[in-house]
Amino acid sequence: MNPTIPSIAAREAEVIAEFQLADGDWELETELLIDQGNLLEPMDPALKTEATRVHGCVSQVWLHARLEEGRMHLWADSDSHLTKGIIALLIRVLNFQKPADIVQTELRFIEEIGLKHLLTSQRQGGLAAMVKKINAEASRYTPNA
Amino acid sequence: MLLNTAVAFDVNRIRADFPALHQSINQKPLVYLDNGATAHKPQCVIETTKQFYAHGNSNVHRGIHTLSQHATNAYETARKTIRRFLNAPSEEEIILTSGTTMSCNLVAHSFGEAFLKTGDVVLVSEMEHHANIVPWQLIAARKGATVKAIPITDNGTIDLDVYRSFLTESVRLVSLIHVSNMLGTINPIHEMIQMAHEQGILVMVDGAQSAPHLPIDIQALDADFFTFSGHKVFGPTGTGVLFGKKHLLEQMPPFFGGGDMIRTVSFDETTFNVLPHKFEAGTPNIAGFLGLDAALNYVMEVGFDGIEAHEQQLFAYAHAQLRAIDGLTLYGPSTDKAPVFSFMVQHIHPFDLGTLLDKQGIAVRTGHHCTQPLHRRFGLSGSVRASFTFYNTLEEVDALVHGIQKARRFF
Ligand SMILES: Cc1ncc(COP(=O)(O)O)c(C=O)c1O
Repeated sequence: MNPTIPSIAAREAEVIAEFQLADGDWELETELLIDQGNLLEPMDPALKTEATRVHGCVSQVWLHARLEEGRMHLWADSDSHLTKGIIALLIRVLNFQKPADIVQTELRFIEEIGLKHLLTSQRQGGLAAMVKKINAEASRYTPNA
Repeated sequence: MLLNTAVAFDVNRIRADFPALHQSINQKPLVYLDNGATAHKPQCVIETTKQFYAHGNSNVHRGIHTLSQHATNAYETARKTIRRFLNAPSEEEIILTSGTTMSCNLVAHSFGEAFLKTGDVVLVSEMEHHANIVPWQLIAARKGATVKAIPITDNGTIDLDVYRSFLTESVRLVSLIHVSNMLGTINPIHEMIQMAHEQGILVMVDGAQSAPHLPIDIQALDADFFTFSGHKVFGPTGTGVLFGKKHLLEQMPPFFGGGDMIRTVSFDETTFNVLPHKFEAGTPNIAGFLGLDAALNYVMEVGFDGIEAHEQQLFAYAHAQLRAIDGLTLYGPSTDKAPVFSFMVQHIHPFDLGTLLDKQGIAVRTGHHCTQPLHRRFGLSGSVRASFTFYNTLEEVDALVHGIQKARRFF
């Protein structure tokens, strides 16, 4: 494993630890989430096309994935700050990982940090759509997946 | 429990009748401002449906046995109450449906089948709910007719001169929203019906958002069709009403076929039941209509005088408070409207605002509220809507304003 890139599990643990500090306080969780979104690397507006659009989200979401040197590079954006925060977390955990690792991972941080409390059922559907899209992109580069 | 009409309007007494209002959401007292989507039910409605299932359960118009007779009587009593609620001329003209959506589909398909021809126009407005657009598009496509929309002003109203210019020879029917579910605009429906009738054009009215707020007098309005949803008038979900003038309903073919709507069935020829049963196939939502009966009686006991006065107070206060919020844009007219507010707050996505209000126990609607063309008209893809009703309080207006201020601080 590339020593400079922590594993998906390590990244998840990091995110979980940060959110545990909020201790279920929705105001702190909201601030954390919005901060995550603000830290997200901007997505090239030219990449915001119908092809990168994630359907099934209540807000507009775009996700672009590319394989570079055997690792998935992800860019995403949304017109909703909260959604953008969620995407930012997903990207933080999954960026630069190997497609096979992404496909094989069952993400646990969403459940663990209680993000679902912050999400309406519509948003949960959107989140599932995003995860599905990342997985679909990763599968394209994973033989036998 | 029914209120005595002699008693002055007392919002706290009314609130005591609605159990769902007394709960906490996310550890905060519920502030329910999504009445435009569906309204909560008073205890008498809940009790009535419960009693039906516990003791009265039986099918209607079928059995000779006692329970069936009782169920039939109660169901037909609901129809009488609905007639009274609308001041409709007769019970034959009251069709019980599952909601406004079904009523619109029924009229579009049945009226359309009987009366629409190639080249005809069905006129709607830019502020219609999808339920009053899509059924017309479906039948128009089959009949070679077209659906045209009357544009609205920047203020969210219909200019009557513009409306008049759309009442041309080829228009067969106008189908209009009475009160806008996004803007709260109260259309001058009486005048609009008269103007259409002068040209020999029929009018259908979508009263889904007017029935909970305004007294309806079908005979004074002279509407040819009028519909509303039971669940928005404090009754059970899955109940709706369609009024249609008898001479029109008689000329229209059934929409659904099945039990109850027939007189005789054979493989050579089937004859249909009389009005209103011709349009009511199959076992209806019996418990629901008994509940709707209780709901309409409740509303009539509270009385529209008290309801309108209280809602105007809510409207005036909420309008002033919301307008004072920096960066908040309200859509729709600023006077003479129902207490329904759609708005945007600068730099906050409507879904984010809805989510952060929900965290504070405040229920609002976010999205396009089934009015995409209307949102597009204002350059929006969605908005936040707070819709009040007579059990809401001035304190709840304060809670909303405080909730919005709090949400803003995150951005
Ligand atoms: C103006 C208007 N028309 C039609 C409908 C559809 O009503 P229902 O969903 O009860 O059939 C609604 C409900 O949202 C409405 O507000």
